[in-house]
Amino acid sequence: MNFDLSDERQMLSDTLRRFLADKYSSTLRNEVLSDPAGLSREIWSQLAELGVIGALFDEAQGGFGGAGGDIAVVFEELGRAGVVEPVLDTAVLAGGIIADLGNADQQALVEQIIAGELHVALAHGEPEARYDLPYVTCRAAEDAEGIRLEGRKAVVVNAEASEYLIVSAREAGGLRDWEGISLFLVPRDTAGLVLQGYALASRGRAAEVVLDGVTLTPEMRLGTAGQGGDALTKAMARSAVAQMAETLGAMHTACEMTQDYLMTRRQFGKPLGSFQALQHRVAEMLIEMEQARSATINALGHLDGPDRDRQISAAKALMGQIGKRIAEESIQMHGGIAMTQEYDLAHFAKRIIMGDHRFGDSDYHLERFIDLSAA
Amino acid sequence: MDLSYTEQELAFREDVRDFLAEHLDPQVSQKVRTGRELTKAEMEGWHATLHARGWLAQNWPKSHGGAEWTAVQRFIYEEEAARASAPRIVPFGLSMLAPVLMEFGSKEQQDRWLPRILSGEDWWCQGYSEPGAGSDLASLKTRAVRDGDHYVVNGQKTWTTLGQFANMIFCLVRTDTECKPQEGISFLLIDMDTPGVEVRPIVLLDGTPEVNEVWLTDVRVPVENLVGEENKGWTYAKYLLTHERTNIAGVGFCQAGLDALKRLARTANHNGRPLSENPLFAARIAQVEIELMALATSNLRILAAAGAGRAPGVEASMLKVKGTDIRQAINDLARRAVGPYAMPFASEDVEGSNAPLPDPLNAGAVTKAYLNNRKISIFGGANEVQKNIIAKTALGGRG
Ligand SMILES: Cc1cc2nc3c(=O)[nH]c(=O)nc-3n(C[C@H](O)[C@H](O)[C@H](O)COP(=O)(O)OP(=O)(O)OC[C@H]3O[C@@H](n4cnc5c(N)ncnc54)[C@H](O)[C@@H]3O)c2cc1C
Repeated sequence: MNFDLSDERQMLSDTLRRFLADKYSSTLRNEVLSDPAGLSREIWSQLAELGVIGALFDEAQGGFGGAGGDIAVVFEELGRAGVVEPVLDTAVLAGGIIADLGNADQQALVEQIIAGELHVALAHGEPEARYDLPYVTCRAAEDAEGIRLEGRKAVVVNAEASEYLIVSAREAGGLRDWEGISLFLVPRDTAGLVLQGYALASRGRAAEVVLDGVTLTPEMRLGTAGQGGDALTKAMARSAVAQMAETLGAMHTACEMTQDYLMTRRQFGKPLGSFQALQHRVAEMLIEMEQARSATINALGHLDGPDRDRQISAAKALMGQIGKRIAEESIQMHGGIAMTQEYDLAHFAKRIIMGDHRFGDSDYHLERFIDLSAA
Repeated sequence: MDLSYTEQELAFREDVRDFLAEHLDPQVSQKVRTGRELTKAEMEGWHATLHARGWLAQNWPKSHGGAEWTAVQRFIYEEEAARASAPRIVPFGLSMLAPVLMEFGSKEQQDRWLPRILSGEDWWCQGYSEPGAGSDLASLKTRAVRDGDHYVVNGQKTWTTLGQFANMIFCLVRTDTECKPQEGISFLLIDMDTPGVEVRPIVLLDGTPEVNEVWLTDVRVPVENLVGEENKGWTYAKYLLTHERTNIAGVGFCQAGLDALKRLARTANHNGRPLSENPLFAARIAQVEIELMALATSNLRILAAAGAGRAPGVEASMLKVKGTDIRQAINDLARRAVGPYAMPFASEDVEGSNAPLPDPLNAGAVTKAYLNNRKISIFGGANEVQKNIIAKTALGGRG
């Protein structure tokens, strides 16, 4: 057993940390907030140049990484800096599915993603689906004119800035059946595809997507008809690891900010950090941080193993609980200042809390862990 | 010991219900229910409606035009108003300043300011906190220097809730720097239209411009606006902080929040069934409901004792801590109940006030409420400070 980072990953981590410390200021983040696309194109191409996106794909896919350890290194740094650009959505989630299922033509898109030239979003969740993966009511029906998609997708992160959406739709089977779910590559300007966009609490943007008579040629199907379930589950597992690493990074920053603040802010003639009631709470936060790091390592270490989903669920259930605690404790110990939008901690706290609402929250994963452990 | 309400109390509850049914504007209650921000006019309108019925100043004595309700009556109102999603009563003039004026203000001050609070002519805000003086309020630095029949005030107040709507601010200011911090503070009433008063908005983490910085530069305040004696302001401030605590547990808010949470859980889908039928989530809701049932009784029990002449000091701190814990737990569950739909940023500022919320549960404001109510364990005496008070009383002199 060895918990050290490989030289390559250490280098990636160092480079990325330096780059973000240098470039990714809160001023820049605030500009992104008012940007209609919800992201900075400049940062995006710089991230691509640094190899951040390539690190999320393996060599066969045109990248130079792609393992759990690579994902974790990249996202922990993005989380530490509070980056809002949708690296997770374009590269790990949607990009991962294309790399996994795409034919030669479709794989060409991965190259563009790695080069930072293309955004893709996964339109899978539905208004009623909550976190339940096989809950797909969108229909796909094939006839002489092509494949027609009908239905609605919910909270599709980064839909508006994406050139393609990967849409899941049912070609066979009943509600909540894994069998029968297909995946389609839908250009965003396809007739019948309507987006209603909005800002997210953690920044960035998402959209409700209505599919009203979207017609596709059969070449736009990703993988075999009705067999999208495995690729979806795999992409969700990898995205969950990315999300946990991001949350870990954001929690690290929240803890650091809180420690610094407690040593600088004075009330009653002393630094807040001299009050034992607060000292113990900082200590508890740091104990939880170690748990969070180990949970993330458990998850990424099992990403390619047989116990993957149970391990992911164990880790994500714990991360949700720890994240809530660290976000709330950081705000509380800062006092009023942390309640302001302008103060960085508020941003990190929102990233942490909202991370629990992606790829299954802590209750979803708790129940899934119970099911998978019993199986 | 009798947990049942008296005939009169039951009749009073009917009165309150009828009143709310008849007078509460459905559009306003819809906004309250879905966590939307009310306009100034909507808040003032509700005050006027209550005033017309004589129910605005619930804890004021009748001699000053108040309703002089018992603790139980106030609780019944609070519960019914929350259930009906009535706007909250803005507390700064009615329950913060007024008791201080009644106890320490001159006859002229009472005659001048109290009727204007009732009529809504004045909107008061609270100028206590400063950037450097939060929990340690006595360290406040805003200076007031006597110059003839005026005080000249310089300094900065912050976190001033709804200061953007206010025309008057009651401030703690330093009038003596040569003594113990608590002994050099005075209680001053300042007209916000006076030259030198500048209000700058602060946007909170949920996107609402709810609080403000109030900058005071050479503001001339007539000496008749000093409440009580110079350098006695700390006593009045403490009186204010400990006096108005009848709503400190926020039982009504908790109950309304719990009702809303249950509605959400019944509507939200979980694996093809309502979320309310999911044993894990049902247990989480039950847990807060059980806590709330006990809190409601603690609240009444403690208020009843206070009514009988005992000041609810430590107990008020206990109610504050438990009440805010429960309310925050309810907000947290509501956010979790809506699943991925907790993610949209439901700010009127960003989305335009009439933009439809994207989610079918119509619950886009739950995250906003969750974030916004992180404040309740910070303000009104942070929960840590309340625990210090409790611990000091329990352990003081023994260690
Ligand atoms: C939304 C909002 C609205 C507000 N509205 C108003 C208003 O209208 N008017 C007004 O005057 N003020 C208002 N306040 C200010 C509020 O009263 C203060 O925020 C509060 O007193 C805490 O002060 P602080 O924020 O400076 O935190 P600090 O006092 O700096 O405290 C930071 C943290 O340290 C803890 N702490 C401090 N001292 C101790 C100790 N001795 N032992 C253990 N822990 C300690 C605190 O509990 C807190 O967790 C508002 C605040 C907020 C957030």
